[in-house]
Amino acid sequence: MIEIFQYEFMRNALIAGSIAAVLCGIIGIYIILNRIVFISGGIAHTAFGGIGLGYFLETDPLIAAVAFSVAAALGIGVISNSKSKISQDTAIGVFWASGMALGILFVSLSRGYAPDLFDYLFGNILAVSQTDVNLILALTLATVAIVALLYKELLILSFDSSYGVAMGLPVRELHLLLLCMVALSVVVLIKIVGIILVIALLTIPSAIGRQHAKSLRCIMILSIILGIFFVFAGLVISYHFDIPSGATIILTAAATFFASTVISR
Amino acid sequence: MVSVENLWVRFGKRVILEDVNLKIHERDFLGLIGPNGGGKTTLVKAILGLIKPYRGRVRVFGVDPESARKRTGYLPQKSPFDPEFPVTVQEVVLMGRFSKRGLFKRYSSEDREAALLALEEVDMEDHAETEIGSLSGGQQQRVFVARALVSEPELLLLDEPASGIDSTQQKEFYELLRKLNERVTIVMVSHDISAVFSCVNKIACVNQRLYYHDSKELAAGDIEEAYKCPVDMIAHGVPHRVLREHD
Repeated sequence: MIEIFQYEFMRNALIAGSIAAVLCGIIGIYIILNRIVFISGGIAHTAFGGIGLGYFLETDPLIAAVAFSVAAALGIGVISNSKSKISQDTAIGVFWASGMALGILFVSLSRGYAPDLFDYLFGNILAVSQTDVNLILALTLATVAIVALLYKELLILSFDSSYGVAMGLPVRELHLLLLCMVALSVVVLIKIVGIILVIALLTIPSAIGRQHAKSLRCIMILSIILGIFFVFAGLVISYHFDIPSGATIILTAAATFFASTVISR
Repeated sequence: MVSVENLWVRFGKRVILEDVNLKIHERDFLGLIGPNGGGKTTLVKAILGLIKPYRGRVRVFGVDPESARKRTGYLPQKSPFDPEFPVTVQEVVLMGRFSKRGLFKRYSSEDREAALLALEEVDMEDHAETEIGSLSGGQQQRVFVARALVSEPELLLLDEPASGIDSTQQKEFYELLRKLNERVTIVMVSHDISAVFSCVNKIACVNQRLYYHDSKELAAGDIEEAYKCPVDMIAHGVPHRVLREHD
């Protein structure tokens, strides 16, 4: 058990995973309460376009992914918010697929072979570098600061947005800001669990937290603790059985979720 | 307090309100009745400044409705919320202080005191720490009235406040509104004509046009014209009022 902490890549993995768990615990409950789980999925998949562009331009794929995911958040938010005939799930579908398509196109146009492409799709927490840890930490701090500043506004938005409009709360802008925070969280999680599994880590800890805690703050604290536990447990299990880390973390979380659902029934 | 002059509201090509004139005075308890889709909610939203007039103008406390919003309390039409939403009664009431506090600022101890006072006013102070979803429909509406009251408004706009309240609780609820009317002006939208008659002191009927005589009386023809069909004219308040003899 102790020996796995001797490796620097393991320590980086645990640090990155723990920071990400804090981020997921805070943003996840807003995703659940505002019912934007699948917008989050759409944002994550659109980010693959950025990963592809990063390969094509031979820069850090995560930086390009930030641009793509934020653009997807604003795009889906604006298109489905306006009085157009496009519903939210239609907008999600369009962005989801076209982001993936762009990514595939860019990768095929890139010179050479993309060996770690799979890491971006399915995550590889063991490949997290010190630079990645810094990026994850910065994005997490920014999100925590925004939630702390706008705690009461986000509560009104999540509970009763039509009342918020009547009170003069900038509901539309807040909704877009929330989607942008989701977009940045998605980028943080790409390295850890991969694009395809992102929504699991964004939602499962908070979903379990909600089953057992009553207040928003308690749910956040509980889901942070759960998230850290899932990362640790997933890593240890994947190390021992030599299986993919991202999938193991998610399956640990999912198993806990099902157990918790059965217990709290 | 409120003056609506020649107000027209249109959604696209559809005319919702046509040449509406209305004056609301201090201490009025105005009941807005009318058929579904007649424009009751639209009129309230125009008074709140949430809907722009197509023509005409709305003045609240002598200024435009948006500037007056801090002095108005609003209870929107009941929207179904997640009964498991993790929020306490006190937190819900505090939301009403947003207009006083503004963006980014945290609620102060003054806000918390105001929330408790508002809860006392609606007899819900014992439930401050209860989750909103575990209350009955009537108790929830009381909390939402407290949320509208917590900003210390001079004008209270209530849109179908009694929906979702069972009939035994309704009587107490209207009692509460009558008590509040001793110090605040109230405009209440309702489709329940008899309930309206039991507590308001002025009544107006909206169906695209507004039928109003600055009193509790409505000419017999008004309601029928507004509803476009014969209406049972017995009000079941106490004392019972028969507005017009039955044929």
